[in-house]
Amino acid sequence: MKNLIAGIVGVWLVALCGPVTAEAADNGSLRAQLQHFSGLNYRQKKAAVEGLATIESESTLPLLQALLGGEIYFSKTDNSQFYQRRESGAEVQFSPLLGDQLSPGPTAAIKPSSLRKLRVNNAVRKALRQAIAAVQLRVGSEAERLAALETMLGKLDDEAYLRLQQLQPQQSSAAVQDQFQLVLAVHQLGAADSAQRLAALGPLAGRLEPQVRAAIQQAIEAFADDRAFVAEASAALAKTEQRIGFYRFVETLFFGLSLGSVFLLAAIGLAITFGVMGVINMAHGEMIMLGAYTTYVVQLLMPAHLQYSLLVAVPAAFLVSGLFGVLIERGVIQFLHGRPLETLLATFGISLILQQLVRSVFSPLNRQVASPSWMSGAVELNPVLSLTLNRLYILAFSLLVFMLLVYLFKRTNLGLNVRAVSQNRAMAKAMGVKTGWVDALTFGLGSGVAGVAGVALSQLTNVGPNLGQSYIIDSFMVVVFGGVGNLIGTLVGAFSLGVANKFLEPLTGAVMANILVLVFIILFIQKRPQGLFPQRGRAAE
Amino acid sequence: MTSLYQRLSKLRGHGNVSSAVLVILLFTSVYASVCNLLLPEDSVFYVSTYTITLLGKYLCFAMLALAVDVIWGYCGILSLGHGAFFALGGYGMGMYLMRQVGDRGVYGHPELPDFMVFLNWQQLPWYWQGMDMFWFALLMILLVPGLLAFVFGALAFRSRVTGVYLSIMTQALTYALMLAFFRNEMGFGGNNGLTDFKDILGYNLQADGTRVSLFIITAFCLAMAFLLSRSIMQSRFGRVVLAIRDAEPRSRFVGYRVERYKLWLFVYSALLAALAGALYVPQVGIINPGEFAPLNSIEVVVWVAVGGRGTLYGAIIGALLVNYAKTRFTAIWPDAWLFMLGALFVFITVFLPQGLSAYVAAKWQQYRHAKSTSKGAQHEPC
Repeated sequence: MKNLIAGIVGVWLVALCGPVTAEAADNGSLRAQLQHFSGLNYRQKKAAVEGLATIESESTLPLLQALLGGEIYFSKTDNSQFYQRRESGAEVQFSPLLGDQLSPGPTAAIKPSSLRKLRVNNAVRKALRQAIAAVQLRVGSEAERLAALETMLGKLDDEAYLRLQQLQPQQSSAAVQDQFQLVLAVHQLGAADSAQRLAALGPLAGRLEPQVRAAIQQAIEAFADDRAFVAEASAALAKTEQRIGFYRFVETLFFGLSLGSVFLLAAIGLAITFGVMGVINMAHGEMIMLGAYTTYVVQLLMPAHLQYSLLVAVPAAFLVSGLFGVLIERGVIQFLHGRPLETLLATFGISLILQQLVRSVFSPLNRQVASPSWMSGAVELNPVLSLTLNRLYILAFSLLVFMLLVYLFKRTNLGLNVRAVSQNRAMAKAMGVKTGWVDALTFGLGSGVAGVAGVALSQLTNVGPNLGQSYIIDSFMVVVFGGVGNLIGTLVGAFSLGVANKFLEPLTGAVMANILVLVFIILFIQKRPQGLFPQRGRAAE
Repeated sequence: MTSLYQRLSKLRGHGNVSSAVLVILLFTSVYASVCNLLLPEDSVFYVSTYTITLLGKYLCFAMLALAVDVIWGYCGILSLGHGAFFALGGYGMGMYLMRQVGDRGVYGHPELPDFMVFLNWQQLPWYWQGMDMFWFALLMILLVPGLLAFVFGALAFRSRVTGVYLSIMTQALTYALMLAFFRNEMGFGGNNGLTDFKDILGYNLQADGTRVSLFIITAFCLAMAFLLSRSIMQSRFGRVVLAIRDAEPRSRFVGYRVERYKLWLFVYSALLAALAGALYVPQVGIINPGEFAPLNSIEVVVWVAVGGRGTLYGAIIGALLVNYAKTRFTAIWPDAWLFMLGALFVFITVFLPQGLSAYVAAKWQQYRHAKSTSKGAQHEPC
């Protein structure tokens, strides 16, 4: 059965690939076809390429691709001896193509000067691409067929259209069938018959591919007299625009959530130190920066295992920043208890020292932190919407960190102690809670989380001594907006500010959006000084 | 009530120090000016124009510190955004100076400043109109920051945003302004700010005479600001402000409209800062959005903390000391300056929360006390 289908397809393909010279068609071997090649002019080469594609051989596809890549050479003395150039590193080698079907053999020692390249120009390359697509339609996997159809989209001529139309019923997969219909319909838009054009619009309405949109646009211009068609086509375009608008919205939302996740990571440590302990830590941004530099150092230490460096960097950054946090708390903040304004100034001094420290140790220039391969790339959902992987990972990571912290505060002993101290320090102390110890741990935890945020940020922005500075004000805004002492408030605050920022951006520009959000928060705090989710309490003031 | 009384008597006790500060200020400015203008350049006592400008810059900073001390030291409002008022005042003066350049700019346009010609602007934006008149510019220098302070303060104090929240809000304010002024579309020269000034009221800005005059005017303004602030703090208004700092709810319950007192003090402080900025720009010759940076505003707070808050003269001393140290250190060993500044923040807040002046005053009292008791001991046997 399979052979039968292959045979039938082969026959069609002979037809598909068009005007083949009679003598070439007689020679069924690739070698025989290619022998003429060197002597032909470019226009003839173009036709010959189509002849090559008709030959059913395992080597057809690799040969066409090699031709496209300019890798095929022939011997100056004998134009039936073919070689393929192979590059291994800087070394260039040639392997002879053996047998009638030109299957590549082992590399041989041949002087490059004795060989001549089979030259192609852009027109021939175009024909080669079409030929490769045609062969892939015949022998390729489903993914290759889809890719082949994509290259044909909007580029069919009448003959290829007829041949494709015949190929269509052969396709078993629904996705390929769908794509076939699309490619054919785009061509039908150019048909002289009005009814045919109208029928073609059906499957095209709402398609997102830019070629489809362009084709409809062209058809509207070409058949401006045909009122019924123009109306239908405009409606189809409007439907497309509507869908594009929707996906743009989804994309903006995603960018907003991504920015929100960055805000969340940066602010959540602050929500702990500021919200729970009531300590203004102006050095919080520098804790983020330390985390980012830890990522950099970890990558320097394990250059061979870049893939896993981030997994090592997360706990390492947590420890480094957390340790600094504990030191700061024990060294300075514990002496300033109950004097928030002084704490603010002292921690600001610490932030200056840390910045200068990093500048002295690592130089004031930005450092490059590499992305592991599993973080790069994008998920392409459709032609207008693709989500970058690193942002998706960071979004998920921020939520994970958030849930871990909520668990820590609600379900563990440490969380219980922290909440007790934050609600009533004197009473907690009387009940035997070591408040000093709890303070140090809480501060260390908040700083450690900031360090983890630094690992994530190192994947999105430059790692430099000023990294923390650019996030500290936004982080404070998020915490104040969400409501102090409330992790849920920080979550809601971070995502709403991120989304608001990204939706304002197209209207006002990035900087202006930032300014507007800041002004909004300043005004919001005047209206609700306790933030979105105020802490319940019975304070008189 | 006792604490209020103690504060007041302490304030009166500062009278001597205040006069001393004023006298030193006036003497130094007259001395420096005379030495610059009358002595030949090779004289040992000659004061270079660079030094005069540097001193003038310090005095502007001292005035800014005074503004912060008025609200932080006396009313407990820690503003981390006073740099915004300073920079707004500076931009007002910068706009006037820019208009004075006339057609002497690089592009030689009779009306538009260089950066507008560069950006292909066709006409002067409406907010630049009238800034070529000195009296109008002066009015704007005070009006715009004053209005901003009024609106911000009215909103914040009415809804009782206090303490740390207010600090963060003021910081956000100056940060937002910085972002805004960095934009070219704002029409304030974007990143580069306003610079390349030629003359003020017809006097060449580069001339020694103009420099010295600006310096003397700054010193005079600082002295006036100091006296005015002192008399405000000694008035009934000032006493209420102190009461608000020490017990805000109680003052409110007693019947004072706390938010009004805070608001007017805040506006007064913003005006001082703006005036300082306006005096600063012609002396340094540039104003750019960097002046809005939150770091600058926090540095001012440190000057006040170093000198000692709630004394007025402490702010001036702190500003002069820290800025002198900054000039020296950034010249000798630039990398060390941020370490120094950071350590200063920590040291002052942890060990000397009342600042140097309080420390010196305490030592002085100890010394006096020891002297008087030893005298008393000598007298007793007689």
